[in-house]
Amino acid sequence: MIGVGRSKQNLNVVDRPLGKGKTEVSLSAFAFLFSELVQYNQTRVDNIAELERRLEDAGYAVGIRMLELLCHREKGNRRETRLLNILSFVHSTVWKSLFGKVADSLEKGTEHEDEYMISEKELLVNRYISVPKDMGAFNCGAFVAGVVKGVLDGAGFPARVTAHFVAVEGQPRPRTTILIKFSEEVLQREARLG
Amino acid sequence: MAPPTRAGDYPFAPVDRVNAELFTLTYGAIVRQLLTDFEEVEEVNKQLDTMGYNIGVRLIDDFLAKSNITRCSEFKDTAEVIAKVGFKMFLGVSATVSNWSADGSECSLILDDNPLADFVELPDTCQGLFYCNILCGVIRGALEMVSMRTEVKFVKDMLRGDDAFEIRLKLLEQVAEEYPYKDDE
Repeated sequence: MIGVGRSKQNLNVVDRPLGKGKTEVSLSAFAFLFSELVQYNQTRVDNIAELERRLEDAGYAVGIRMLELLCHREKGNRRETRLLNILSFVHSTVWKSLFGKVADSLEKGTEHEDEYMISEKELLVNRYISVPKDMGAFNCGAFVAGVVKGVLDGAGFPARVTAHFVAVEGQPRPRTTILIKFSEEVLQREARLG
Repeated sequence: MAPPTRAGDYPFAPVDRVNAELFTLTYGAIVRQLLTDFEEVEEVNKQLDTMGYNIGVRLIDDFLAKSNITRCSEFKDTAEVIAKVGFKMFLGVSATVSNWSADGSECSLILDDNPLADFVELPDTCQGLFYCNILCGVIRGALEMVSMRTEVKFVKDMLRGDDAFEIRLKLLEQVAEEYPYKDDE
């Protein structure tokens, strides 16, 4: 029954044109909204880990939708199936459409085969955030970690994704590193594909 | 260039911008979290309004700092400024003001385009939800900071099948500015 008896402006969501994804809103509008997201979630938890998990959940919801949207718009209804390609898709395509730029760096972890890192000097969501001392290592980048996890999960690359502050020499503010640790089956599949 | 004569013609300082889809999807994630946490649609409407209010009381500073507007002499100007400058500055769309009540204390802001509602379709279980209710809170909060007590609510919602988004804005009272400010009564 969806879409029946509705006016033209109100077509079923999948019948509407997709848009180019070039429209913008003010950064303040986003910053205010994000701050409400964080504050609201703070009232629902009693520890930092839980708060990060809830932000990650919110980001996850954004991530899976972003994957679907970008696959339709940018990739001609295809998605990446290889590990390095999907990582570079996150690092460039996803980052560019969400944050207006490609991520500062994408690196492979030196200690573990299954770890990759995306780093950003000044993550958009952290721009107006200063973490109180008593909240320790809490990083609002958990939201972006959730976005990355959503994209990877949706594309069939389950992974554990976390956000960390990393101090940079000579810089007053630490950069944020998104650490991606892929599940075992992803690496096994990748090895089989050769 | 001659100075603008109508509210809304004032140019505002360039603002930093972000992709609207990030904003839209983040808002969607918030609404979804609220629906999971509260279950009752009514409660979610209330919560969205509160969140908006919190944003509004802070947003007004940002708005006044960047908008270059002068004091509004009457409520009609205020409504125009919200519709033409406020919405434009923050959401990149502008609204139309119409349906004034005879005494000039009540009007409608009509939005044809609303970045909050992109990609959204309300399932049957959420029919009572005013998805964009946060906007009402934002307007109420912001106006309260400039001494206007208002009542703001959605009367039309495209997500419910109406032909536009219509926000009804009602001025309850102009709170006189007092100086020196008293403690809470």
